[in-house]
Amino acid sequence: MNNFLKKFYYGDIPEEQSGGQYVTKEGKSDWPLWEVFIRSKQGLDHKHVGSLHAADAAMAIENARDVYTRRMEGVSIWVVESKYVHASNPDEAGSLYEPANDKVYRHPTFYQLPDEVNKM
Amino acid sequence: MKQELINYILHLADNALILGQRNAEWCGHGPVLEQDIAMTNISLDLIGQARNFYQYAASLLGEGATEDTLAYLRTEREFRNCLLVEQHNGDWGQTLLRQFLISNFQQLLYTALQTHKDRQLAAIAEKSLKEVTYHLRWSSEWVIRLGDGTRESHERMLKAIDTLWRYTGELFEPAAYETACVQDGTAVSLATIKDEWQHKTGEVFSEAGLPVPENIFMLTGGKMGKHTEQMGYILAELQYLQRAYPNAQW
Repeated sequence: MNNFLKKFYYGDIPEEQSGGQYVTKEGKSDWPLWEVFIRSKQGLDHKHVGSLHAADAAMAIENARDVYTRRMEGVSIWVVESKYVHASNPDEAGSLYEPANDKVYRHPTFYQLPDEVNKM
Repeated sequence: MKQELINYILHLADNALILGQRNAEWCGHGPVLEQDIAMTNISLDLIGQARNFYQYAASLLGEGATEDTLAYLRTEREFRNCLLVEQHNGDWGQTLLRQFLISNFQQLLYTALQTHKDRQLAAIAEKSLKEVTYHLRWSSEWVIRLGDGTRESHERMLKAIDTLWRYTGELFEPAAYETACVQDGTAVSLATIKDEWQHKTGEVFSEAGLPVPENIFMLTGGKMGKHTEQMGYILAELQYLQRAYPNAQW
Protein backbone atom coordinates (compact mmCIF):
# COMPACT_ATOMS: atom_id res chain seq x y z
CA MET A 1 0.00 0.00 0.00
CA ASN A 2 2.50 2.56 -1.14
CA ASN A 3 -0.14 4.71 -2.75
CA PHE A 4 0.02 8.19 -1.35
CA LEU A 5 -2.17 11.06 -2.33
CA LYS A 6 -0.61 13.58 -4.63
CA LYS A 7 -2.41 16.45 -6.22
CA PHE A 8 -2.53 16.65 -9.98
CA TYR A 9 -4.63 18.82 -12.19
CA TYR A 10 -6.71 17.15 -14.83
CA GLY A 11 -4.63 15.70 -17.63
CA ASP A 12 -1.49 17.58 -16.65
CA ILE A 13 0.64 14.77 -15.32
CA PRO A 14 4.26 15.08 -16.41
CA GLU A 15 5.68 11.63 -15.68
CA GLU A 16 2.52 9.64 -15.88
CA GLN A 17 2.58 7.21 -18.83
CA SER A 18 -0.87 5.75 -18.61
CA GLY A 19 -3.04 8.79 -19.21
CA GLY A 20 -4.86 10.77 -16.60
CA GLN A 21 -4.88 8.13 -13.94
CA TYR A 22 -2.52 8.23 -11.05
CA VAL A 23 -3.85 5.89 -8.41
CA THR A 24 -4.88 2.61 -10.02
CA LYS A 25 -5.71 -0.79 -8.67
CA GLU A 26 -3.74 -2.85 -11.15
CA GLY A 27 -1.24 -0.34 -12.46
CA LYS A 28 0.01 -1.14 -15.91
CA SER A 29 -2.85 -3.43 -16.94
CA ASP A 30 -5.25 -0.47 -17.09
CA TRP A 31 -5.86 1.27 -20.38
CA PRO A 32 -5.02 4.96 -20.71
CA LEU A 33 -7.67 7.62 -20.70
CA TRP A 34 -8.64 9.47 -23.89
CA GLU A 35 -10.58 12.66 -24.45
CA VAL A 36 -13.23 12.51 -27.16
CA PHE A 37 -14.25 15.33 -29.50
CA ILE A 38 -17.21 14.96 -31.85
CA ARG A 39 -18.30 17.08 -34.79
CA SER A 40 -22.06 16.94 -34.90
CA LYS A 41 -22.33 18.03 -38.54
CA GLN A 42 -20.25 19.30 -41.40
CA GLY A 43 -19.06 22.84 -40.91
CA LEU A 44 -19.27 22.87 -37.13
CA ASP A 45 -16.38 22.53 -34.70
CA HIS A 46 -15.42 19.37 -32.91
CA LYS A 47 -16.72 19.62 -29.36
CA HIS A 48 -15.49 17.85 -26.28
CA VAL A 49 -18.07 15.25 -25.28
CA GLY A 50 -16.33 13.15 -22.64
CA SER A 51 -13.61 10.63 -22.08
CA LEU A 52 -13.08 6.89 -22.22
CA HIS A 53 -10.47 4.16 -21.80
CA ALA A 54 -8.78 2.40 -24.71
CA ALA A 55 -5.53 0.58 -25.41
CA ASP A 56 -4.60 2.68 -28.45
CA ALA A 57 -5.90 5.34 -30.81
CA ALA A 58 -7.71 2.92 -33.11
CA MET A 59 -9.57 1.37 -30.21
CA ALA A 60 -10.29 4.82 -28.76
CA ILE A 61 -12.01 5.90 -31.99
CA GLU A 62 -14.08 2.72 -32.12
CA ASN A 63 -14.99 3.04 -28.47
CA ALA A 64 -15.95 6.67 -29.04
CA ARG A 65 -18.12 5.60 -31.95
CA ASP A 66 -19.86 3.05 -29.75
CA VAL A 67 -20.18 5.20 -26.64
CA TYR A 68 -20.79 8.70 -28.01
CA THR A 69 -22.40 8.40 -31.46
CA ARG A 70 -25.18 5.90 -30.77
CA ARG A 71 -27.88 8.50 -31.28
CA MET A 72 -26.59 10.12 -34.46
CA GLU A 73 -24.53 12.68 -32.55
CA GLY A 74 -21.69 12.93 -34.99
CA VAL A 75 -20.04 12.76 -38.37
CA SER A 76 -16.42 12.95 -37.23
CA ILE A 77 -14.43 11.89 -34.17
CA TRP A 78 -11.17 13.14 -32.70
CA VAL A 79 -9.47 11.46 -29.78
CA VAL A 80 -6.45 12.64 -27.84
CA GLU A 81 -4.81 10.94 -24.92
CA SER A 82 -5.72 12.81 -21.77
CA LYS A 83 -2.12 13.08 -20.67
CA TYR A 84 -1.45 15.42 -23.58
CA VAL A 85 -4.10 17.86 -22.43
CA HIS A 86 -2.58 20.57 -20.27
CA ALA A 87 -4.94 22.49 -18.07
CA SER A 88 -4.84 25.83 -16.34
CA ASN A 89 -4.47 25.71 -12.59
CA PRO A 90 -7.77 26.26 -10.73
CA ASP A 91 -5.83 27.84 -7.84
CA GLU A 92 -4.85 30.65 -10.18
CA ALA A 93 -8.38 31.34 -11.34
CA GLY A 94 -8.40 34.63 -9.48
CA SER A 95 -5.42 36.15 -11.19
CA LEU A 96 -6.19 34.56 -14.56
CA TYR A 97 -9.85 35.42 -15.05
CA GLU A 98 -11.10 37.96 -12.55
CA PRO A 99 -9.23 40.95 -13.99
CA ALA A 100 -11.59 40.72 -17.00
CA ASN A 101 -14.67 41.16 -14.80
CA ASP A 102 -14.68 44.96 -14.66
CA LYS A 103 -13.60 45.62 -18.22
CA VAL A 104 -16.93 45.70 -19.99
CA TYR A 105 -15.47 47.97 -22.66
CA ARG A 106 -13.82 44.87 -24.13
CA HIS A 107 -17.22 43.60 -25.25
CA PRO A 108 -18.32 44.85 -28.65
CA THR A 109 -21.63 46.08 -27.23
CA PHE A 110 -21.13 49.79 -27.76
CA TYR A 111 -21.94 49.82 -31.45
CA GLN A 112 -25.20 50.10 -33.34
CA LEU A 113 -25.19 47.06 -35.61
CA PRO A 114 -26.90 47.28 -38.99
CA ASP A 115 -29.82 44.81 -39.30
CA GLU A 116 -28.01 42.95 -42.07
CA VAL A 117 -25.41 41.77 -39.56
CA ASN A 118 -27.50 39.29 -37.64
CA LYS A 119 -24.97 36.69 -36.59
CA MET A 120 -23.08 38.64 -33.91
CA MET B 1 -41.48 -22.02 -54.00
CA LYS B 2 -43.07 -19.63 -51.55
CA GLN B 3 -42.43 -21.97 -48.62
CA GLU B 4 -38.77 -22.31 -49.56
CA LEU B 5 -38.39 -18.56 -49.72
CA ILE B 6 -40.04 -18.18 -46.31
CA ASN B 7 -37.70 -20.78 -44.86
CA TYR B 8 -34.72 -18.99 -46.34
CA ILE B 9 -35.83 -15.65 -44.87
CA LEU B 10 -36.40 -17.31 -41.49
CA HIS B 11 -32.92 -18.81 -41.69
CA LEU B 12 -31.43 -15.33 -42.17
CA ALA B 13 -33.63 -13.90 -39.43
CA ASP B 14 -32.89 -16.67 -36.92
CA ASN B 15 -29.14 -16.30 -37.44
CA ALA B 16 -29.40 -12.63 -36.52
CA LEU B 17 -31.84 -13.07 -33.64
CA ILE B 18 -30.04 -15.91 -31.87
CA LEU B 19 -26.64 -14.24 -32.21
CA GLY B 20 -28.16 -11.00 -30.95
CA GLN B 21 -29.66 -12.83 -27.99
CA ARG B 22 -26.34 -14.50 -27.21
CA ASN B 23 -24.42 -11.23 -27.40
CA ALA B 24 -27.02 -9.57 -25.20
CA GLU B 25 -25.96 -11.89 -22.38
CA TRP B 26 -22.88 -9.66 -22.12
CA CYS B 27 -25.02 -6.63 -21.29
CA GLY B 28 -23.73 -5.34 -17.96
CA HIS B 29 -20.94 -7.94 -17.91
CA GLY B 30 -18.51 -6.61 -20.53
CA PRO B 31 -14.81 -6.44 -19.60
CA VAL B 32 -14.87 -2.63 -19.68
CA LEU B 33 -17.71 -0.17 -20.02
CA GLU B 34 -16.77 0.83 -23.57
CA GLN B 35 -16.79 -2.76 -24.82
CA ASP B 36 -19.95 -3.54 -22.93
CA ILE B 37 -21.66 -0.80 -24.92
CA ALA B 38 -20.02 -1.94 -28.16
CA MET B 39 -21.33 -5.46 -27.64
CA THR B 40 -24.80 -4.20 -26.77
CA ASN B 41 -24.82 -2.05 -29.91
CA ILE B 42 -23.98 -5.06 -32.05
CA SER B 43 -26.67 -7.03 -30.31
CA LEU B 44 -29.25 -4.36 -31.09
CA ASP B 45 -28.08 -4.14 -34.72
CA LEU B 46 -28.59 -7.88 -35.10
CA ILE B 47 -32.02 -7.88 -33.48
CA GLY B 48 -32.98 -5.00 -35.78
CA GLN B 49 -31.89 -7.05 -38.81
CA ALA B 50 -33.85 -10.02 -37.49
CA ARG B 51 -36.97 -7.84 -37.18
CA ASN B 52 -36.74 -6.74 -40.81
CA PHE B 53 -36.44 -10.33 -41.99
CA TYR B 54 -39.25 -11.53 -39.69
CA GLN B 55 -41.59 -8.78 -40.84
CA TYR B 56 -41.00 -9.77 -44.44
CA ALA B 57 -41.49 -13.47 -43.67
CA ALA B 58 -44.68 -12.67 -41.74
CA SER B 59 -46.08 -10.69 -44.67
CA LEU B 60 -45.53 -13.71 -46.95
CA LEU B 61 -46.94 -16.12 -44.40
CA GLY B 62 -50.15 -14.23 -43.65
CA GLU B 63 -52.60 -16.02 -41.36
CA GLY B 64 -51.92 -13.69 -38.45
CA ALA B 65 -48.17 -14.24 -38.39
CA THR B 66 -46.16 -11.30 -37.06
CA GLU B 67 -42.51 -10.69 -36.24
CA ASP B 68 -43.42 -11.48 -32.63
CA THR B 69 -45.11 -14.81 -33.30
CA LEU B 70 -42.12 -15.85 -35.38
CA ALA B 71 -39.59 -14.94 -32.71
CA TYR B 72 -41.53 -15.93 -29.59
CA LEU B 73 -43.88 -18.74 -30.53
CA ARG B 74 -41.90 -21.12 -32.71
CA THR B 75 -40.35 -24.21 -31.19
CA GLU B 76 -36.72 -25.23 -31.30
CA ARG B 77 -37.11 -27.47 -34.36
CA GLU B 78 -38.68 -24.61 -36.29
CA PHE B 79 -35.64 -22.37 -35.87
CA ARG B 80 -33.26 -22.48 -38.82
CA ASN B 81 -30.21 -20.67 -37.51
CA CYS B 82 -26.84 -22.30 -38.01
CA LEU B 83 -25.20 -23.95 -35.01
CA LEU B 84 -22.40 -21.40 -34.77
CA VAL B 85 -24.60 -18.55 -33.52
CA GLU B 86 -26.13 -20.55 -30.67
CA GLN B 87 -22.83 -21.62 -29.11
CA HIS B 88 -21.87 -20.45 -25.62
CA ASN B 89 -20.32 -17.03 -25.20
CA GLY B 90 -17.39 -18.59 -23.36
CA ASP B 91 -14.84 -15.89 -22.55
CA TRP B 92 -14.53 -12.56 -24.35
CA GLY B 93 -12.19 -14.13 -26.91
CA GLN B 94 -14.65 -16.86 -27.81
CA THR B 95 -17.50 -14.37 -28.20
CA LEU B 96 -15.27 -12.20 -30.36
CA LEU B 97 -14.19 -15.07 -32.54
CA ARG B 98 -17.79 -16.20 -33.05
CA GLN B 99 -18.68 -12.64 -34.02
CA PHE B 100 -15.79 -12.44 -36.46
CA LEU B 101 -16.62 -15.76 -38.15
CA ILE B 102 -20.27 -14.85 -38.59
CA SER B 103 -19.75 -11.16 -39.45
CA ASN B 104 -17.29 -12.18 -42.13
CA PHE B 105 -19.97 -14.51 -43.49
CA GLN B 106 -22.83 -12.02 -43.21
CA GLN B 107 -20.82 -9.28 -44.89
CA LEU B 108 -20.22 -11.41 -47.98
CA LEU B 109 -23.74 -12.79 -47.94
CA TYR B 110 -25.46 -9.40 -47.68
CA THR B 111 -23.17 -7.88 -50.29
CA ALA B 112 -24.18 -10.59 -52.74
CA LEU B 113 -27.83 -10.53 -51.69
CA GLN B 114 -28.12 -6.85 -52.68
CA THR B 115 -28.04 -7.78 -56.35
CA HIS B 116 -30.43 -10.73 -56.19
CA LYS B 117 -33.89 -10.55 -57.61
CA ASP B 118 -36.02 -10.34 -54.46
CA ARG B 119 -36.17 -6.56 -53.96
CA GLN B 120 -37.24 -6.73 -50.33
CA LEU B 121 -34.39 -9.05 -49.37
CA ALA B 122 -31.98 -6.89 -51.34
CA ALA B 123 -33.16 -3.80 -49.49
CA ILE B 124 -32.79 -5.43 -46.06
CA ALA B 125 -29.33 -6.65 -47.05
CA GLU B 126 -28.30 -3.18 -48.15
CA LYS B 127 -29.48 -1.65 -44.88
CA SER B 128 -27.83 -4.33 -42.76
CA LEU B 129 -24.56 -4.24 -44.63
CA LYS B 130 -23.35 -0.99 -43.07
CA GLU B 131 -23.85 -2.42 -39.60
CA VAL B 132 -22.25 -5.74 -40.44
CA THR B 133 -19.26 -4.03 -42.03
CA TYR B 134 -18.59 -2.33 -38.71
CA HIS B 135 -19.10 -5.60 -36.79
CA LEU B 136 -16.51 -7.20 -39.02
CA ARG B 137 -14.04 -4.37 -38.58
CA TRP B 138 -14.51 -4.36 -34.79
CA SER B 139 -14.30 -8.14 -34.36
CA SER B 140 -11.33 -8.47 -36.76
CA GLU B 141 -9.36 -5.97 -34.71
CA TRP B 142 -10.17 -7.83 -31.52
CA VAL B 143 -9.18 -11.20 -32.97
CA ILE B 144 -5.85 -9.66 -33.98
CA ARG B 145 -5.39 -7.94 -30.61
CA LEU B 146 -6.01 -11.08 -28.63
CA GLY B 147 -4.29 -13.52 -30.99
CA ASP B 148 -1.23 -11.30 -31.14
CA GLY B 149 -1.51 -10.14 -27.52
CA THR B 150 -0.20 -11.82 -24.41
CA ARG B 151 0.55 -15.50 -24.02
CA GLU B 152 -2.71 -15.97 -22.14
CA SER B 153 -4.85 -14.13 -24.71
CA HIS B 154 -3.20 -16.15 -27.49
CA GLU B 155 -3.91 -19.43 -25.73
CA ARG B 156 -7.51 -18.43 -25.12
CA MET B 157 -7.94 -17.67 -28.82
CA LEU B 158 -6.51 -21.09 -29.71
CA LYS B 159 -9.03 -22.65 -27.38
CA ALA B 160 -11.84 -20.59 -28.90
CA ILE B 161 -10.86 -21.73 -32.41
CA ASP B 162 -10.81 -25.29 -31.15
CA THR B 163 -14.33 -24.86 -29.75
CA LEU B 164 -15.94 -23.01 -32.66
CA TRP B 165 -14.23 -24.07 -35.87
CA ARG B 166 -16.27 -27.27 -36.16
CA TYR B 167 -19.41 -25.15 -36.67
CA THR B 168 -18.06 -23.12 -39.60
CA GLY B 169 -18.59 -25.83 -42.21
CA GLU B 170 -22.33 -25.50 -41.90
CA LEU B 171 -22.21 -21.89 -43.09
CA PHE B 172 -21.40 -23.10 -46.60
CA GLU B 173 -23.56 -26.20 -46.75
CA PRO B 174 -26.87 -25.22 -48.36
CA ALA B 175 -30.11 -26.54 -46.93
CA ALA B 176 -32.71 -27.90 -49.35
CA TYR B 177 -34.79 -24.69 -49.22
CA GLU B 178 -31.64 -22.68 -49.85
CA THR B 179 -30.72 -24.67 -52.95
CA ALA B 180 -34.24 -24.18 -54.29
CA CYS B 181 -33.99 -20.42 -53.72
CA VAL B 182 -30.57 -20.27 -55.36
CA GLN B 183 -32.02 -21.92 -58.46
CA ASP B 184 -34.86 -19.42 -58.36
CA GLY B 185 -32.39 -16.53 -58.12
CA THR B 186 -33.52 -15.26 -54.72
CA ALA B 187 -30.77 -16.73 -52.52
CA VAL B 188 -27.01 -16.36 -52.57
CA SER B 189 -25.10 -19.41 -53.74
CA LEU B 190 -22.82 -20.21 -50.80
CA ALA B 191 -20.17 -21.67 -53.08
CA THR B 192 -19.63 -18.21 -54.55
CA ILE B 193 -18.66 -16.62 -51.23
CA LYS B 194 -16.80 -19.50 -49.60
CA ASP B 195 -13.39 -18.70 -51.09
CA GLU B 196 -13.57 -15.09 -50.09
CA TRP B 197 -14.62 -16.03 -46.56
CA GLN B 198 -11.67 -18.38 -46.25
CA HIS B 199 -9.36 -15.76 -47.67
CA LYS B 200 -10.46 -13.05 -45.23
CA THR B 201 -10.41 -15.46 -42.28
CA GLY B 202 -6.93 -16.59 -43.23
CA GLU B 203 -5.77 -12.99 -43.54
CA VAL B 204 -7.00 -12.00 -40.08
CA PHE B 205 -5.81 -15.22 -38.46
CA SER B 206 -2.38 -14.83 -40.00
CA GLU B 207 -2.10 -11.25 -38.73
CA ALA B 208 -3.22 -12.52 -35.33
CA GLY B 209 -0.65 -15.33 -35.40
CA LEU B 210 -3.40 -17.94 -35.19
CA PRO B 211 -3.54 -21.17 -37.21
CA VAL B 212 -6.42 -21.95 -39.56
CA PRO B 213 -7.49 -25.50 -38.65
CA GLU B 214 -7.54 -28.13 -41.36
CA ASN B 215 -9.41 -31.41 -41.74
CA ILE B 216 -11.79 -30.78 -38.87
CA PHE B 217 -15.00 -32.77 -38.74
CA MET B 218 -17.83 -30.29 -39.21
CA LEU B 219 -21.09 -30.41 -37.28
CA THR B 220 -24.26 -29.43 -39.13
CA GLY B 221 -28.03 -29.55 -38.73
CA GLY B 222 -29.07 -26.16 -37.39
CA LYS B 223 -30.35 -24.91 -40.72
CA MET B 224 -32.70 -27.90 -40.80
CA GLY B 225 -33.84 -27.39 -37.22
CA LYS B 226 -31.56 -29.90 -35.53
CA HIS B 227 -29.80 -27.85 -32.90
CA THR B 228 -27.18 -28.37 -30.22
CA GLU B 229 -28.29 -28.63 -26.61
CA GLN B 230 -27.67 -24.90 -26.12
CA MET B 231 -30.65 -23.90 -28.23
CA GLY B 232 -33.33 -25.00 -25.76
CA TYR B 233 -31.86 -22.85 -23.03
CA ILE B 234 -31.65 -19.82 -25.30
CA LEU B 235 -35.30 -20.13 -26.30
CA ALA B 236 -36.35 -20.78 -22.70
CA GLU B 237 -34.94 -17.40 -21.76
CA LEU B 238 -35.95 -15.61 -24.95
CA GLN B 239 -39.52 -16.87 -25.02
CA TYR B 240 -40.26 -17.22 -21.30
CA LEU B 241 -42.49 -14.20 -20.95
CA GLN B 242 -44.73 -14.96 -23.93
CA ARG B 243 -44.97 -18.62 -22.97
CA ALA B 244 -45.77 -17.94 -19.32
CA TYR B 245 -48.08 -14.97 -19.98
CA PRO B 246 -49.49 -15.40 -23.50
CA ASN B 247 -50.19 -12.08 -25.28
CA ALA B 248 -48.61 -10.06 -22.49
CA GLN B 249 -48.04 -6.46 -23.59
CA TRP B 250 -45.66 -3.79 -22.36
